Amino acid sequence: MTAAEPIRLLLFLVGAATFVGLNAAYLVWVERKGAGRFQRRAGPTEVGYAGLLQPIADAGKLMSKQLIVPPGADRMLFRLAPVMMMPPAIMAFAILPFSEYLVGIDLNVGLIALFAFSSFNVIAVMLAGWSSRNKYGIISAARVVSQNVAYEIPMMLVIITILMLAGTLSLTGIVDQQAGAFWNWNLFALASNPLMPVTFIIFFVCMLSETNRAPFDMAEAESELVAGAYTEYAGMGFGVFFMAEYANIVIGCAIAVILFLGGWHSPVGVFPGVFWFLLKLYFMVFVVIWVRWTFPRTQFYGLLNLSWKILIPISIFTLLLSAVMIKLV
Amino acid sequence: MSRCPDHLFERFQELFPAMEMDTPAPPEDSVGNEDGADAAEPRLPPPPPCRKTEHAKVGYDLDAIVEPHQIEAAAKLLDAEGFAIDMVTAVDWPDAAQFELVYDFMHFQAATRVCVRTRIPRDRPEIATLSHIYPGANWHERETAEFYGIQFTGHPNPIHLLLPEDFVGYPLRKDFKPQPDPLLEP
Amino acid sequence: MELHPVQSTGPQETFVLNLGPQHPATHGVLRVKLTMDGEFIKDAVIVAGYVHREHEKMGENRPWDQFLPNTGRIDYLSAMMYTHAYVGAIERACGIEVPPRAEYVRVITSELNRISSHLVWWGAYLLDLGGMTPLLYAFDDREKILDLLEALTGARLTYCYYRVGGLAEDLNEGFVEGTRDFVKEFRPRLKMFRRLVSENIIFRKRVEGIGIIDAEMCRKYGATGPMIRGAGIPYDVRRAEPYSVYPELDFEIPVDPAADSMSRYKVRMEEMEQSLRIIEQCLDRLPDGPVMAKVPRVLKPPEGDFCYATEAARGRFEVRIVSTGKPIAHRVRLRTPCFGNLSLFEEAARGMMLADGIAMMGSLDLVIPDIDR
Repeated sequence: MTAAEPIRLLLFLVGAATFVGLNAAYLVWVERKGAGRFQRRAGPTEVGYAGLLQPIADAGKLMSKQLIVPPGADRMLFRLAPVMMMPPAIMAFAILPFSEYLVGIDLNVGLIALFAFSSFNVIAVMLAGWSSRNKYGIISAARVVSQNVAYEIPMMLVIITILMLAGTLSLTGIVDQQAGAFWNWNLFALASNPLMPVTFIIFFVCMLSETNRAPFDMAEAESELVAGAYTEYAGMGFGVFFMAEYANIVIGCAIAVILFLGGWHSPVGVFPGVFWFLLKLYFMVFVVIWVRWTFPRTQFYGLLNLSWKILIPISIFTLLLSAVMIKLV
Repeated sequence: MSRCPDHLFERFQELFPAMEMDTPAPPEDSVGNEDGADAAEPRLPPPPPCRKTEHAKVGYDLDAIVEPHQIEAAAKLLDAEGFAIDMVTAVDWPDAAQFELVYDFMHFQAATRVCVRTRIPRDRPEIATLSHIYPGANWHERETAEFYGIQFTGHPNPIHLLLPEDFVGYPLRKDFKPQPDPLLEP
Repeated sequence: MELHPVQSTGPQETFVLNLGPQHPATHGVLRVKLTMDGEFIKDAVIVAGYVHREHEKMGENRPWDQFLPNTGRIDYLSAMMYTHAYVGAIERACGIEVPPRAEYVRVITSELNRISSHLVWWGAYLLDLGGMTPLLYAFDDREKILDLLEALTGARLTYCYYRVGGLAEDLNEGFVEGTRDFVKEFRPRLKMFRRLVSENIIFRKRVEGIGIIDAEMCRKYGATGPMIRGAGIPYDVRRAEPYSVYPELDFEIPVDPAADSMSRYKVRMEEMEQSLRIIEQCLDRLPDGPVMAKVPRVLKPPEGDFCYATEAARGRFEVRIVSTGKPIAHRVRLRTPCFGNLSLFEEAARGMMLADGIAMMGSLDLVIPDIDR
């Protein structure tokens, strides 16, 4: 490690934090605009050109609001929960390889670290729901834990499938193996597992569920639980959760891009890698938004049934299948 | 033309014959009545206790007047016939010092409507509940109770339904005077 | 939210959850006190009356026809049918013959109103289930109905268009063409709604077999409208107690025997289709002539009780007037459909999960002022 390495890492983290903030702000804009289009209306138009300054106005509003701690709440945990939500999300960005060169740390256990960080949000949401002394919050906390436990398993099984293909935990390593044209992407690695697209869909479903996005937004189900764990949060307390949620969506989509869609590698070979990475990333994010505004919410037991009865058996089967195929081929 | 089936009409006549009704009492001489002169004549001449009526004229096919203690029997009969509860309500007749209770029933298949009435004295407004026969009567009776001050004996949950729990008075009684709002009229 | 702590009340560890009076799923100010065992509803108690306005007393202290604006404010989504029941009761009492043109226009506007009411329900129900987009699609079409009715009546929601003996005014220019255009445009839209939502697997999983309310329960509670038709019994006031020109029209009463939330959903979707049929027939047969009968200046219905029921969007709405022959009513009783429909919720919700309970409550199609009056 050279002397400049810590400084580089620090700069990268600052950059990542800025990216997370701006990304969340503008994903809100994209989501609102997108929802507007899906719903035959215009979305935000007033603040700035096409409402482009709307996120800044929203942030100003959220920051100027009072942070209310409800009476009887566990003050410390109530304040701690949003704080616990944000840093792991930013830390995860330090590991994500945006391109061959634009990567904070290329850990040799990058994938595991990434999942360790992204699992933090469960604890944060649970604490938020539990500490705010709100019954909707408590129901939401209970839901979010069982939901995440249920969906972590098929997700991990899918990842093990990829790991067997790649033979490495390093994210750059996994991406590098998918270099070349798009048929080298893991999504199309049909030679080693003909069910790879199914695996990808399982991963995508699990990712939606892990990030509490519709149609699996059980924790925040607004027509049942008002705002779930976030019911009692005002101002930036809510804003931080909001930002972290969008950061988690980006992380989830980034993992999908890295594991299945060839990371920064271009399918055609022009433009730098960052461009392709972000293009794939935001395409995935768009799909997530698309799904949210198209489908109604599932029922909670339906969600658990889907995981335990459908996704886990199928992912075990694909895991075994690719193990056999790798051995044979 | 009444669409009331004959057997139902006969059952009603048999069960609730034209008996001595203590209604309608001759109206008290209400000189101070704000309605003026025509209040002197009796408002409702005693109708036959059970009659078929023309739906196109009045909106129901059978109009039965029963005694207060017979209301449960009437409801049980209609329940056995497959009638559904339509509504329960009351009408205040201050001149006769009576409350008229009106129970409406409808039939989903036969498209018959039956209206069962009874009268109870205004100073001792008590009648048996129907909510064990028709659970839907529960809410209607709570509503009638809070608006008229009629007690439904045996009602499982006799609390206010629509009025605030601390409301005093019975707003649909004719002699109800609303309390002036201390916030509006100091 | 009440601020008492979540506490164990015994070995079952239940807690009380106040759903409302301000809650996204109660569509207004309705409060449901739920005793919850985890996610399961152990007991539900409805606390109503937050928008109680004592319409029935208002009916007793003003001349008969001055109560008309009130009728549009009971169920604000189906004002036409409600006004129809009230003027119908007085017409029945006084023996007023309404000119045929007025009757046809009443049916057209009532059915338009029914479609717009069902559209609000459709959007709001999907909102309850977490799908936001259908609401905007529904309002897109509803807007056209509101524009038509606004041009005709001057109001967008709380119409007061019918008068005792006829209508306030004849049809405005362009109403017939506008309604025909709407019918033509709305048919394919309804098909799209079906494709978009009714076939959706998530939606079907959430409503099929959820919230079973059978015919016997409807009978015991006096639930009407799509509730009873969703339980497989073709009870519709338009056929059971024919009024206006409905006997002359050709339409079906949609029924579905499954008695779950999905069947109530299907019944309402099919009802929109049937309403379109009714509107088309009425437009074809619309006679010329006056829209107002000769009505005395001061209405004095004869002594007696008179009922008049209409099939409102949510079920049977009935007005019972008690007249003493005076220009002011002795008693105006409003029998509203939501009152009976909601009263069975306490029994039906027992043992359901919270989200299923909300899916069922949405399928009842509640309008809170209709319960509270």
